[in-house]
Amino acid sequence: MIFSELYSAYYNTVAAIISSILEGESSEKELQRIVSERAFGESVLSVMPALKGGKWQLLRRDMTTPIEHKPHMPLTTLQKQWLKAVAMDPRVKLFDVKMPELEGVEPLFTVEDYRIYDQYCDGDPFEDKEYIRQFRVILRAIRNGDQIRFEMTSRNGKTMFIRCHPVRLEYSVKDDKFRLVTAGWRSVSTVNLAKIRSCVRYSGERMLEGEEREKVYDTVTVKITDERNALERFMLHFAHFEKQAEKTVKNTYSVRIKYVRDDETEMLIRILSFGPLAEVTEPMQFRELVKEKLKKQKSCGLR
Amino acid sequence: MSSYSELIKSFEKTRAYMREFYVYGFKNRGEYQTKSSRSYDDERRRIESWLGDHMSFVRTREGKNVFISIDSRSIRHNPFFKAWKAKSFTDGDITLHFILFDILHSVEDRYTLTEIIELIDGKYLCGFEEPMEFDESTVRKKLKEYCDIGVIDRVKEGKKVYYHRTESPDISGIDEVLHYYSEVAPCGVIGSFLLDKFEVKNEPFSFKHHYITGTLDSGVLASLFTAMREKRVCTVSNLSRRRDLPRRNRIVPLRVFISAQNGRQHLLAYLPDYNHFQSYRVDYLSNIKLEDVTPRFDELRAELDRMQKKMWGVSIKRNKLGAEHMEHVEFTVRVEDGEDYIVKRLQREKRVGKVERIDEHNYRFTADVYDSSEMVPWIRTFICRITQMNFSNRTVENKFKEDVREMYRTYGIEEVEE
Repeated sequence: MIFSELYSAYYNTVAAIISSILEGESSEKELQRIVSERAFGESVLSVMPALKGGKWQLLRRDMTTPIEHKPHMPLTTLQKQWLKAVAMDPRVKLFDVKMPELEGVEPLFTVEDYRIYDQYCDGDPFEDKEYIRQFRVILRAIRNGDQIRFEMTSRNGKTMFIRCHPVRLEYSVKDDKFRLVTAGWRSVSTVNLAKIRSCVRYSGERMLEGEEREKVYDTVTVKITDERNALERFMLHFAHFEKQAEKTVKNTYSVRIKYVRDDETEMLIRILSFGPLAEVTEPMQFRELVKEKLKKQKSCGLR
Repeated sequence: MSSYSELIKSFEKTRAYMREFYVYGFKNRGEYQTKSSRSYDDERRRIESWLGDHMSFVRTREGKNVFISIDSRSIRHNPFFKAWKAKSFTDGDITLHFILFDILHSVEDRYTLTEIIELIDGKYLCGFEEPMEFDESTVRKKLKEYCDIGVIDRVKEGKKVYYHRTESPDISGIDEVLHYYSEVAPCGVIGSFLLDKFEVKNEPFSFKHHYITGTLDSGVLASLFTAMREKRVCTVSNLSRRRDLPRRNRIVPLRVFISAQNGRQHLLAYLPDYNHFQSYRVDYLSNIKLEDVTPRFDELRAELDRMQKKMWGVSIKRNKLGAEHMEHVEFTVRVEDGEDYIVKRLQREKRVGKVERIDEHNYRFTADVYDSSEMVPWIRTFICRITQMNFSNRTVENKFKEDVREMYRTYGIEEVEE
């Protein structure tokens, strides 16, 4: 059962409080900090009062505890089953780690039990030895704050030699690809991992650390006519964006979506996929992009 | 009247509210008609307590609209996991939990029920002014519960039964694995529970096209996966958007179909009482009850494997007698010089279809599928270059073309010469 108090923020918080007391730190301020960090917004109103007031008999009045050891719980069968499922996934080889031996544990699921049916079929070569080596180099560099250098071919076919700070790896399940997000590299900030060659840790002179390039956002407003379940489909489709919806008139809704400017083309075709039930109302520049597509379509002579 | 708590006993109601706040977010308090105002206020306050800054509101003429707004690309962890960590418990549950695992501190610590009760009273609770009392039945029940979920084991030696904690695999050093899979694997919230065990963790990943709402269905998914692993029939409650009340269905779950593009998860299942394959929205399913093992599971799954070659999405058209309804889809797109990326798009997005070059600037896509209407949204993404269409289902083709004409009218481009 997934929904269990054993995995709860409160149990984890109390475990951390007891550990802190066993380490000799029992100041009210420190214990409240633990609650704020590990539990929820209003937990400060309930966790410490329950412990101090003797509702949960784990803390005495003098802020000592009868518990003798730092609390830790074995993995549940469910956790082991999920881990086993993960250990059987081919992508786990990307990580230079030994997954726990889980003999006799059945996986919660296997690749036969689910299917991502609309994932693009040109995903990264996760089982390619060189890809795995580079992935590990990058992951280690992110972990240790190292620099890396690599080669890649630019759009116009030229070989580029790059030196940068790797910041994070962005994975898209739709593309089934990793992108490396970098800092300290002037021309580009994100690059597909599969396009990187000869990647190694760079131990030479450190560049200025630099920040990850800030994303530039745009907003598009779309009028949804709620026919053929369009509203639900649209809201789910764009669920992963920051957005705001408002009912305008009967059966019509206005949805404002914030997106990264670099993804404008993708946004355009995603909105187009809703046909006449999703009309771009603002900004005019985005509306013009739709009109341009439609004008071109009209010239295709489709009857 | 019970007082408010940020913890919850059942996940079902919260699942529905979070979905409403996240996916829709345009409803005001009065529009949550099926629930009481108090219930609405409590749920809103709870979710606000779990998600903090991710909750927003706007005032409209109709009232205050509360919604959850998250750019899932800018976060490292799915914030909805927090809802799974808000299960309520009794004062006795939490007290007993920490005492039991302190008594059974290492795998070698083995105690009988009587010994455990003596220790609870004599060592742990005696220092309190009004010590709690745990009777034998309560402690036995708790130990059984922990045995069932695999954290405690019982061994019989002679007439005595000893309890000890189970051995736990070493998970140190796999925090990055857990970070990645907790966001991309089914039931990823379990990975998040494991990550909670790490004091310091590396979080090197972020995620694009990341539908975080699916995690609300993790409980249902875990039950369905268990049914598949054990090859069982099960009964489910299915809430269709066409009906107010859920309907109980007896099904053999065969495979979960996850969309990376529209945020939905479906279960493909077989209905033994109707000799019928059907897809169910996972977010509409609840109350999964596992029943008998079915000897037909492997055969049915092999049948689904065969049918998958004709599925664009999740739709199957096959009658009770096994006769299949197939539809042919064909369309041609124009690709100008320097637009090789369109050909690449067709190739990587074609699924069960075929792409062929018919001349220097034209490519034809063909597919034979159960339901051509499922392909329409995808075909629309090629608007600006579609030169020909030929659907065996003329209704779908005509609707597509009518929709395009409707778009011309909406955007006022009637004047363009054909």
